[in-house]
Amino acid sequence: MEELMDILTELHPDVDYDSCTTLVDDRIIDSFDIISIVSEVAARLDVQIPAEEIVPENFNSAKALAALIERLENE
Amino acid sequence: MLFTSYGFIAFIAILFVVYYIVPKKWQWPLLLMASGVFYWIADPRFIIFICVTSLSAWGSGVLMGRINDAQDLYLKENKETLSKEEKKAYKASNKKRKWHILLGCLILNIGILSVTKYTNFVINSINDVAHTGLKNVDLIIPMGISFYTFQTMSYIIDAYRGTVKPERNPFKVLLFTSFFPQLVQGPINRFGDLSKSLYEPHRFSEKVFSTGLMRILWGYFKKLVVADRIIVAVTALIQDTDSYRGAYVFVAMFFYAFELYCDFTGGIDITIGIAQALGINMKENFILPYFSKDIKEYWNRWHISMGSWFTDYIFYPLSVSPRMLKLSKWSREHLGKVIGKRVTVYLAAFIVWFTTGLWHGAAWNFIVWGLMNFVVIMISQELSLLYDKFHKKFGFKGKAWYSVWEIIRTIFLMSLIRMFDCYRNVPMTFKMVGSMLTSFNLKIFTDGSLLKLGLNKYDYWVLLAALVIILSVSIYKYRKGEVRSKLYEKPWLWYGAMSAMFIAIIVFGAYGIGYDSTQFIYNQF
Repeated sequence: MEELMDILTELHPDVDYDSCTTLVDDRIIDSFDIISIVSEVAARLDVQIPAEEIVPENFNSAKALAALIERLENE
Repeated sequence: MLFTSYGFIAFIAILFVVYYIVPKKWQWPLLLMASGVFYWIADPRFIIFICVTSLSAWGSGVLMGRINDAQDLYLKENKETLSKEEKKAYKASNKKRKWHILLGCLILNIGILSVTKYTNFVINSINDVAHTGLKNVDLIIPMGISFYTFQTMSYIIDAYRGTVKPERNPFKVLLFTSFFPQLVQGPINRFGDLSKSLYEPHRFSEKVFSTGLMRILWGYFKKLVVADRIIVAVTALIQDTDSYRGAYVFVAMFFYAFELYCDFTGGIDITIGIAQALGINMKENFILPYFSKDIKEYWNRWHISMGSWFTDYIFYPLSVSPRMLKLSKWSREHLGKVIGKRVTVYLAAFIVWFTTGLWHGAAWNFIVWGLMNFVVIMISQELSLLYDKFHKKFGFKGKAWYSVWEIIRTIFLMSLIRMFDCYRNVPMTFKMVGSMLTSFNLKIFTDGSLLKLGLNKYDYWVLLAALVIILSVSIYKYRKGEVRSKLYEKPWLWYGAMSAMFIAIIVFGAYGIGYDSTQFIYNQF
């Protein structure tokens, strides 16, 4: 989670990732940001997020993204 | 059968009556029959193409469904005995089988689309480069092939991904693909969004029906009162490039922006309105696009179904593919973090915008149009940090006047890029846009020249009134939400607005002697 928070904070330092649950819905992150996150997660956490998992529900909050990464790690 | 023809109006009127009279279980088969008739009238040969596409998607979906069912059963029966690795290997082998099925279906359908739509483009390009003199081939291009192929592909990709359950009834898949209102110019619906309300029985509801009817009228208002009126001037301006230069190009740019908006959103209003009157829910394809403050926002609001299709089925899969991730890693290591992290995103975006341009038409002007969008998006992406600093320093962001400036800037930029679509010729577009900077014939705005473009004073007054109405409705929607639901709360206002709209279309609609109602612009894509 700590590494993920670092990735997200590097992308948008001003966003409060602890409370925000509408990252995609409110266009705080866009498709370019999502690809940056996916690339960083692959490089730093060695978890590959497949295209079918790129849906707003998985990227709307840091918590949802962490849950996705955990699920993919356990698969 | 044009949406704007009397024949079509009679067609949907009969359909509405029969739809609510027949037993509920016959409603969706009736829609399939109606769609067949609609397509048959356009050209009976088209039916073969849409059937091949639908049946290939249905067959592929059924095969994938069988693999899924067998997998679920096998894993359930061997839950205790299989290790985690064995389960993983079994799933991976099934995924590979499904991938082969998907690939076969994609190759077949994209092959059909490519051959019918792009053969002559390839021949002409070879002729231009190699001066070979190859002759064009006379091919059938089925109506709406780009739309229904993309829609069907989204279904089969979603079935592969497991986000939709494959439909076992081939006729239901055929209806999803061929539902007639969407065949003219989209939107590109997703199976998960459309299927439920498309197949379920619908009881007549006065509110649902009249809301749909109001939306249809609004669409006709935009198409017949504005788009089909202003097209006369747009055609004159873009056809005579020797006479209409300089300030005329500026006029053409904004006239075309107004025409395209009313033509495309009007057509989508008619499409969604028809579906709504039948109790079927379609997702919105436009959310006030001309209120966008930047080009990225614009593409989130304009032709949403196309943009999201390219994002979900090309941009994301391409960007997160193992090869791209490998390239991303390599470029970070060799080009540094700053450039490295941009390489894959920009490469994927380039491919997306190239294909978006190609999807719009088999011609270089559309490809350049797509790539211009790519360039502007990339520049604004790179400048975004600078913009943020600027906004923080001066505190303009969020102020009304600055928002208006951002909106005007985006409209201007998008209208400028759209000139490639307008003139349909890349060197000519550059030449004409350049003439805006070299020919300062501003007197055309005062000396009556604009009255010689096929529009008289009466037409300009009608267009101005329509602009005020459309703008007022949009501002209301932007600030307070959906207009129709508010109007419906007061019956006198609702029926008053409906009657006013009907009368406006009859009195001010551009049809009859001297006018030729035109096909929707997006129908050609």
